[in-house]
Amino acid sequence: MSTTAAPHVGHDEVVEPAPPHAAHHTSTGLSNEKLAMWVFLGSECLLFGALISTFLLYRNRPVLNGPSVAELYDIPFTSVSSFVLLMSSLTMVLALSATQRGDATRSRIWLLTTALLGSSFVAGQVYEFTTFVREGFGFTTNLQSSSFYVLTGFHGAHVTIGILILLSLVVMSVRGALPAARAETVEIAGLYWHFVDVVWIVIFTVVYLIR
Amino acid sequence: MAITEERPVLELTTGAEPEPEPLGVFARPVSTKGWRSWLTTIDHKRIGIMYGVSAMAFFAIGGLEALIIRAQLAQPNGQVVDEQTYNEIFTMHGTTMVFLVIMPMLAAFANYLIPLQIGARDVAFPRLNAFSFWCFILGGLFLYSSFLLGGAPDGGWFAYAPNTLTEFTSSHGMDFWAIGLQITGIASLVGAINLIVTALNMRAPGMTLLRMPIFTWMALVAQFLLLFAIPVITVALFLLTFDRRFDANFFNVDAGADPLLWQHLFWIFGHPEVYILVLPAFGIVSEVIPVFARKPLFGYPFMVFSGVAIGFMGWGVWAHHMFASGIGPVSVAAFSLSTMFIAVPTGVKIFNWIGTLWGGRLRFTTAMCFAVALVSQFTIGGLSGVTHAVSPADTQQTDTYYIVAHFHYVLFGGSMFGIFAGLYYWFPKAFGRLLDERIGKIHFALMLIGFNLAFFPMHVLGLQGMPRRQATYAEGMGWDLNNLLASIGAFVIALSFLVFVYNVVRSRNNVTADPDPWDARTLEWATSSPPPVHNFDVEPTVTHLDEWWHRKYAEDEEGRLHRRTDVQLLAGEGAGEAGDIHLPSPSYWPLVVAVALPTIGYGVVYSYWLCGVGAFILLGGIYGWSLEPSVDPGGAHGHELEPGPEPEPTDELATAPEASADEPAESEAAAEAEAVPAGAGSGPSASAASGEEGQA
Repeated sequence: MSTTAAPHVGHDEVVEPAPPHAAHHTSTGLSNEKLAMWVFLGSECLLFGALISTFLLYRNRPVLNGPSVAELYDIPFTSVSSFVLLMSSLTMVLALSATQRGDATRSRIWLLTTALLGSSFVAGQVYEFTTFVREGFGFTTNLQSSSFYVLTGFHGAHVTIGILILLSLVVMSVRGALPAARAETVEIAGLYWHFVDVVWIVIFTVVYLIR
Repeated sequence: MAITEERPVLELTTGAEPEPEPLGVFARPVSTKGWRSWLTTIDHKRIGIMYGVSAMAFFAIGGLEALIIRAQLAQPNGQVVDEQTYNEIFTMHGTTMVFLVIMPMLAAFANYLIPLQIGARDVAFPRLNAFSFWCFILGGLFLYSSFLLGGAPDGGWFAYAPNTLTEFTSSHGMDFWAIGLQITGIASLVGAINLIVTALNMRAPGMTLLRMPIFTWMALVAQFLLLFAIPVITVALFLLTFDRRFDANFFNVDAGADPLLWQHLFWIFGHPEVYILVLPAFGIVSEVIPVFARKPLFGYPFMVFSGVAIGFMGWGVWAHHMFASGIGPVSVAAFSLSTMFIAVPTGVKIFNWIGTLWGGRLRFTTAMCFAVALVSQFTIGGLSGVTHAVSPADTQQTDTYYIVAHFHYVLFGGSMFGIFAGLYYWFPKAFGRLLDERIGKIHFALMLIGFNLAFFPMHVLGLQGMPRRQATYAEGMGWDLNNLLASIGAFVIALSFLVFVYNVVRSRNNVTADPDPWDARTLEWATSSPPPVHNFDVEPTVTHLDEWWHRKYAEDEEGRLHRRTDVQLLAGEGAGEAGDIHLPSPSYWPLVVAVALPTIGYGVVYSYWLCGVGAFILLGGIYGWSLEPSVDPGGAHGHELEPGPEPEPTDELATAPEASADEPAESEAAAEAEAVPAGAGSGPSASAASGEEGQA
């Protein structure tokens, strides 16, 4: 953060000048929006925690109907789509860096790339779901199918929301509403995006790789 | 002003302020009076009042349900309602009291008081705050609409699946329950994020964490519990909805599902929920008792850290709700121990309250009576709670009226008594009127007697083996007298509530302009009653715990207390000019977005095209909200406008009183120092956060 804002003198807690785009200081030095995102992500951990626990509870139960999920996994395919999603974290960081430098063009390119990589991941998930359903593994087939689709579906919904946020940022950037001074907006969207990626690492490991 | 499509309020580095281009969906609401202003308000104080009024309305409804239950059980073979109605009534009684009365009532206090107690002008995200309120009220109305739409929920407030699957309860009641609680859960989650950021980030200069008033602390701990507990019930409610509406298999025992899954998910939420319900009430009495004992809170740091400890340990005790479900001896032993341990920090609190009372100059106002009643009645509930921790005894008590007695002692004798203490204590602050003390004492006496009459006999009934959730009981079980007593007690409680309502209505004859009628200790009493929209004309700089007390009183050389002559209020007469305070403007969008949620809910229950409508409103609402600047650039910039998230003026005057950065505020610098006018407007103040929602 640069330090163009008037320095705040005053008391023992606020020693750092506020970032220029927030013409106010906060008790922690973090902006309200960023702190709120961190707090929200803390809550999200429990959401996915509960979903993953549910999946783990049912993973090794006897399958009374239809195929079990382990028979259906296409690990190479999912590995590729996981790799695509992880790469989107890299492009997200590049987008933030470009925005902070005030390079609007690159910022837009990287934001769009991130959205595109995210979309590829979601498309891969749609493909995976349709394949599974075609092989007789529907949402209501058995315990595993319900918990598998709900867990990965919730994650896919999070990625989709992230894509919407990224596209909104691109529109903002085109309208000139995303100058370097507001790079924090991209940073906060990035926090969300990285979180969704990290959750996928956990899901991919626990759901697909560890049997 | 119309909706604008960019964020023109923030100063860009170029220094240019982009001109807003109106999109014109809604005219920006401007009124500050009349019913419409309540729909669009984002003032934390008005939202707090709306929370309180709606929660009290739900309290009356939940109370009526309790009266039906007690009328049914007053005598053996009761015929007041049939079994199905009885199931619906007790389900809705519990659900209402937990989710629609105590939680929003405590949200009311937290909303109203946290910004005032930490010296802020509003919460961090005022529009999200309004959104929380609308989600709560619409979720509650959605839940209650089930009565008109073919049957209320009938599976208990805990909704044990698989018992709540469609094959066992075929009406739409439990769908309404799951989706309604989902919506109020969004309210709680968003509110928790908002209040956590407020308390952590928006404290006045010098307000270190360990100078925060104890109510703010306890409310903060409760918000953290909400933050982590709500997602767990969210998942549970989703799974239940998927099972009921889309034939998923999460609780379908025929498909091999585990019937304990729901119990674990529900109680991992449910036990922290208990502390969500009671910790803020502890905070309230920890404010009330010192004021009326005229002593500082005994062991303030212990109170803070025992609250935090309860918050942590509250996550490790949930399975004591499941001792009878066959979770195995190791789990039972572990959870027995952890449950006994959690009584320790609770005991610390009890003894600290006694320590505060000890040797104090006690004034038994109504607020103080309720506070002391909490200490004693909650202790009884806490002791019966420890008996549940002893698992062999618990196996005997499970599903009997002993449990009912226990949780009414902690939730009514704890939370509700705390809430009434807080209502009597802060009523003059919020409304500029005093509640009548004589009528208040009648209210208190009736409520205390009625409460003990209603719930104490249930201990005995439970130990005699009377089961919960049964619509009738036979003659000759030896339960007749105690049931009759409990029913009489319930009606006495109802009478006491009418006395309270009368007291509130009558208070309009009892106007006081006194900003500090109790000679209190915390910052909310340093501003006028009711406080101005912007809370404080001058931003306080805090040098002490119990800041306002230290501003009012000093010790002379011999250590005798004397009242300062130069006490300065922070708002109202003689406080100095408020200057140019930018406060966010009212908005329709929170209400619009909130309306989308029950629309989707009805869609899930009845017809999926409604979901599409709801999703459209939701998406449109979110974008409208994001594009609307939180401060209306065309609005007035004065007092009469609206509260701001972080409206500290940027000029140094406001933030640079005597204490400098290296001279931490423990300096004896008497606190009058900062009566520096907050900013005769050198520069537009901050810019409210327009990014407040875009990222979520």
